[in-house]
Amino acid sequence: MSLVLTNGTVVDQSGPRQLDIEINDQGVVASLGTGLRGDVELDVAGLVVAPGFVDLHTHLREPGNEEAETIETATRGAALGGFTAVVAMPNTTPAVDSPAVVQQVRDLARGALCEVAVAAAITVDRAGQTLAPMAELVRHGVRLFTDDGRGVQDDKVMRTALEYSTGLNHLGANGGPIVAQHCDLESLSAGGVMHEGAWSSVLGMPGQSAEAEELMIMRDIALVRLTGARMHFQHVSAAGSVAMISAAKEAGLDITAEATPHHFTLTDAECASFDSVYRVHPPLRTDADVAAVKQGLADGTIDAIATDHAPHTNHEKDRAFGDAPPGMLGLETAFALAVTELGLPIDKILALLSWQPAAIAGLADRHGGPIAAGRPANLVVVDPGESWTISRQAMASRSTNTPYDGRSVTGRVRHTILNGEIVVRDTLAQR
Amino acid sequence: MADLDRGDIEQILNLTESFAEVGERSIPKVPALRGKTIAWLFYEDSTRTRLSFETAAKRLSADTMNFSVSSSSVKKGESLRDTVETIAAMGIDGIVVRHSAAGAPHRVANWVDASVINAGDGWHQHPTQSLLDLYTAREHFDDLDGKHIAIVGDIRHSRVARSNVVGFATMGAKVTLVAPPTLLPASLEGWPVEVCHNFDEIIEDLDMCYLLRMQLERQRDSLVPTLREFHNEFGLTVARADRLGPGALIMHPGPMNRGVEIAGEVAERPNAVITQQVSNGVAVRMAVLFLLLGSGLDIVDDQRAVA
Repeated sequence: MSLVLTNGTVVDQSGPRQLDIEINDQGVVASLGTGLRGDVELDVAGLVVAPGFVDLHTHLREPGNEEAETIETATRGAALGGFTAVVAMPNTTPAVDSPAVVQQVRDLARGALCEVAVAAAITVDRAGQTLAPMAELVRHGVRLFTDDGRGVQDDKVMRTALEYSTGLNHLGANGGPIVAQHCDLESLSAGGVMHEGAWSSVLGMPGQSAEAEELMIMRDIALVRLTGARMHFQHVSAAGSVAMISAAKEAGLDITAEATPHHFTLTDAECASFDSVYRVHPPLRTDADVAAVKQGLADGTIDAIATDHAPHTNHEKDRAFGDAPPGMLGLETAFALAVTELGLPIDKILALLSWQPAAIAGLADRHGGPIAAGRPANLVVVDPGESWTISRQAMASRSTNTPYDGRSVTGRVRHTILNGEIVVRDTLAQR
Repeated sequence: MADLDRGDIEQILNLTESFAEVGERSIPKVPALRGKTIAWLFYEDSTRTRLSFETAAKRLSADTMNFSVSSSSVKKGESLRDTVETIAAMGIDGIVVRHSAAGAPHRVANWVDASVINAGDGWHQHPTQSLLDLYTAREHFDDLDGKHIAIVGDIRHSRVARSNVVGFATMGAKVTLVAPPTLLPASLEGWPVEVCHNFDEIIEDLDMCYLLRMQLERQRDSLVPTLREFHNEFGLTVARADRLGPGALIMHPGPMNRGVEIAGEVAERPNAVITQQVSNGVAVRMAVLFLLLGSGLDIVDDQRAVA
């Protein structure tokens, strides 16, 4: 059976055009053209057809905390959010620091509603001391390495990880490894539960200064210069971080960066409600930081929007702000928040959600376009102009820790196609 | 405290005055809260605040129950919400919450119908302490308009300081924070205060010197080099106390570290009203309990919490 998407506007890295897309029964794009006919036709007139989104930063919670989320529920949420691939963070229980756990996650993700690429820890058990078997992990297809949830604190360990990674490029099918960092200098930030500033001072909450993030970025940029490694900065949240990354890119270093929707949407003022849904790590920062992150996304300093989708059960979040674990949901709201908050043209937003992260994740052979004959049909169909109201109830996630319930937004994912299968149709998951 | 305007505070203090009179009777008890049940939910050790609230409740004839929680129960896994819903299910009218995390009473107030009273939350607020300090000040000054009050010591980690900055400023005082930069909040943007690192420079100008407990564990964080140095630079030493003007008051919320923030001998001086603060604490808490659980005077916007 062939599937044809008719009358849509195709947008990928080669620009917009009015074309029908024919997808064959192998889930591969067979042809693009006008007036195409198929066994099944999906009229997407007035909508934008783009390469599916790729999330560089998803916490699936499985294995280890299946009450908060499972791979099945997270990938359903991802599909609803327009993602055809997500990169699973390694801070599960057990941590993803060996090929066995990589394989376990892959096995659990078989048949999921989006592709799950697995990131592995830089250090054993994410403890920051001994390197995980990086070569072996790269041979098993791992692209991104991160101790996410924590940064690698020790300078020497980080230097070694970066240096070692430069010798592994020949092993990976997808271009070799990239070391990614959750930048947070714990000697400065330990005990902090929100951004350190005017609000933390009034609210009497221990702060995490922007400098705790910036100092680690500064160190890591120096180490990239020293080692010649490739590096990716995760969930950049502070204005100073954006400036340093911009300068380092200008100096020719091979670095990339991501930012989350909540760091370009919300500020630390939200913490005045003491609602623990606003506790995230890195913390929500100031208006000036939000502006800098937006500017970084607009000018190319930041390469990708990544969700840091971090489900937590109600009983984990039903504590005092500082006692609750950090993190909020992100997969099902990322596109709408990007359209609503960033004020960027649609092709720019698609670049930040699709082909740029696909390249960083090493998935460009099958995700992120271009949309062309012979490539796997991993597509999203969006209505950039549709206004709708976010509903926590309607989400697929097992958890409900989203601050956006009831928020009016513009930009909606209508259909998601994974390897030719319509997994989301008219905003509803098909399985 | 920020929710209370000057008129609100004056009404609470007026009510406190009538309850203070109750405390002087031979049988210091009124039936104002007979039939009401108040639960104590103290996640953090507290002796004086706890006893003060308990005495206040008994003088109002309320029934009380103690839900004893060690700080470790947070780690044992029961969520704060489960705990308070358990207590609420027993049919109580008020919960007095002391918690090591800022905002815990605010969260509790969202989960239960009972009135919630903040007995101190993290570094955030301690409103009844501020009210009793204002009441104590009122016994000595006609009003606080233009009075110069220094709050001295570990401001950064102090809920008492955060409540009193608001309380003193609302009542018209000029507030100066006296502390080393490492014991001040990261930002004082929008705070109605001045900052001074030189205690000696302002000591003679003060109408009140409000000393905070130096939390000894802060010394382990190395936020000040030594307690001796702190005492010399920021303590109310005998020499500094001698330079206070006539009528200037010395207050301290307790418990005191004699020899650290206050010289032992200074705490005994007639202008040190520290035990009066404690006595007044009972009357103030009677007023607060009565307002929230009793007749329900329309005095605060949100009747469910004085926070």
